[in-house]
Amino acid sequence: MDRNDPLVIAERAFGSRLIVGTGKFGSFEVMRDALEASGTEIVTVALRRVDLESTGGPDILEFVDPDRYLLLPNTSGAVDAEEAVRIARLARAAGMPTWVKLEVTPEPRYLLPDPVETMRAAELLVADGFTVLPYINADPILAKRLEEAGCATVMPLGSWIGSNQGVRTRDAVRIIVEQATVPVVVDAGLGRPSHAAEAMELGADAVLVNTAIAVAGDPVEMARAFRLAVEAGRRGRLAKPGAERDAAEASSPLTGFLDHLPGEGRRP
Amino acid sequence: MTGRPFVADRHGDGFVEPAPAVTFADELERTPFDRLLALAREAPPARVAAALDADPLERSLEDLAALLSPSAGERLEELARASHELTVARWGRTMRMYAPLYLSNECLTTCTYCGFARELPIARRTLTPEETLEEARHLLRQGFRSILLLTGEHERLTGVDFLEERIRLLAAEVPQIAIEVQVWSEEEYRRLVEAGCEGVVVYQETYHPETYARVHLAGRKRHARWRLLGPERAARAGMRRIGIGALFGLHDDWRYEAIAVAAHARFLQRHHWRAQVNVSVPRLRPSAAGFQPRRPIEGRELVQVVCALRLLLPDAGIVSSTREPAAFRDGLFRVGVTHASAGSHTEPGGYEHPEEATEQFEVADTRSPAYVAARLRELGFDVVWEDWARVTPRTESVLTGS
Repeated sequence: MDRNDPLVIAERAFGSRLIVGTGKFGSFEVMRDALEASGTEIVTVALRRVDLESTGGPDILEFVDPDRYLLLPNTSGAVDAEEAVRIARLARAAGMPTWVKLEVTPEPRYLLPDPVETMRAAELLVADGFTVLPYINADPILAKRLEEAGCATVMPLGSWIGSNQGVRTRDAVRIIVEQATVPVVVDAGLGRPSHAAEAMELGADAVLVNTAIAVAGDPVEMARAFRLAVEAGRRGRLAKPGAERDAAEASSPLTGFLDHLPGEGRRP
Repeated sequence: MTGRPFVADRHGDGFVEPAPAVTFADELERTPFDRLLALAREAPPARVAAALDADPLERSLEDLAALLSPSAGERLEELARASHELTVARWGRTMRMYAPLYLSNECLTTCTYCGFARELPIARRTLTPEETLEEARHLLRQGFRSILLLTGEHERLTGVDFLEERIRLLAAEVPQIAIEVQVWSEEEYRRLVEAGCEGVVVYQETYHPETYARVHLAGRKRHARWRLLGPERAARAGMRRIGIGALFGLHDDWRYEAIAVAAHARFLQRHHWRAQVNVSVPRLRPSAAGFQPRRPIEGRELVQVVCALRLLLPDAGIVSSTREPAAFRDGLFRVGVTHASAGSHTEPGGYEHPEEATEQFEVADTRSPAYVAARLRELGFDVVWEDWARVTPRTESVLTGS
């Protein structure tokens, strides 16, 4: 973790650029150990996993220390803006931080985010005082509009949730990175540590990983690997690698005209 | 004289509330000019190579500075090749044509370099609505569909009411209207957007504060910050095209101006993503003001500026006006220019009644629009007159046949 290169979201600084989701783990104990190995400081929690009614059963929140991690409730399961807003408000009422990872996914196969409902929900939640981190397809215009609406980050998907296919949206992500004035977090579809490194090399400010760690043979070791990959990708980005060269020979001179004009500059 | 004195902070920075959190004035203060100028003066060949090799989406102001260096100047043909290819990739082989229409040369400002300065005993003229239409129709007959309206800075004779009227008048017939006039508040720009204007051109002239103060001696234009934030106010008001520029020759260090105008364009692109940002790099021309640049920029250096701008800003338009002589323009066109004027008159009424009023500066390329268009086609360009960005009542009737 690098205190000299903090991730700043909504004026709060974090030492880790790896955000980890808590779903799909085999057990809460393994989840807890994997979170620790990942070095993460922000952890997403699906509200439907939280024992809001205190039925006394195992509660995920007992395994995620709120003093150690920023708990980021996510609205996963919401199919429209109203549901997402309701979930966020429930999380707030339950005492969680007023940050929300906004996920509106009406279509259950690919769980792709609905841009229209996400936009509506973001506006409502920002107006209601939430710090909003919206999950979106890698759509540069949508990213700018959400930024304008006051979202704290934009979170374009690398590929769809659980597909482990990596940064298939890399060209669009590069545009989003170039145009954004808020942090860009690549979220979803990062299946291997090298995918996470690639996202960081593309210029993402952070990545969010859930499935790849949770369903690995050894989640704790995989969490460690992702930690190193995110760091490697970030350092590689900051070190400004040399570019790939494409050979292109000039045929007709573009600047020869200067030699024929008096006083416009002799060649050195 | 003109009524109430101008107070720079009468409307604060002239934004409609809530004002933006960051303006270019803030950014300019934070721009590390010392470091960038050092690069621009001394970048070694390896640093220039890195700037040339960098991904166009990822070049930085440091890369631009390196591309302005003498080392880069020694590789001007390579820079030009990269600039040409990037321009063709992003813009195609197109040249968008526009024409300036001077509505008035009345002015209450003293810019020591301008032929319209208030002290100069020149032939002043402001066009009537009928004369304005006459001039516009002349340009439309020549093929232009994008017209840039210009005035001096005279609050009473060519104030925002005057502009609003003229824009409304022309909007029925001219598909694309932009203005290059004094800067207005955001509220005032919104009125002009409503009236049918979609573009604003504001040159900061020089981004160097001491030089700015030295060449702007009287009038509202003395207020550098008010002017600097004009483009942002225009963008917030809904103007879709924002043109900026530095007038090379005012300040001694052309590299400084190139860095500043590049930083300005980039800022506007990042903070006003709906606006098309265009950059002009005019050189001072002889005028009634008789201003002599202490260190004029050479043609070779101007080519280098265009290359560096293009390489940093693939999506910014680069504008060539008739300030430059024909042979120079023909060479520059292929290096990275995307917008051009032709056959321009810089005196009000100059199209139908040339030389009855005094021009702002001596035009060097006097070729007619038809001639320039033909030359552009010879150079491999598709000459674009119309950009169906906006449908006027006239264009709508053309499209629907009604």
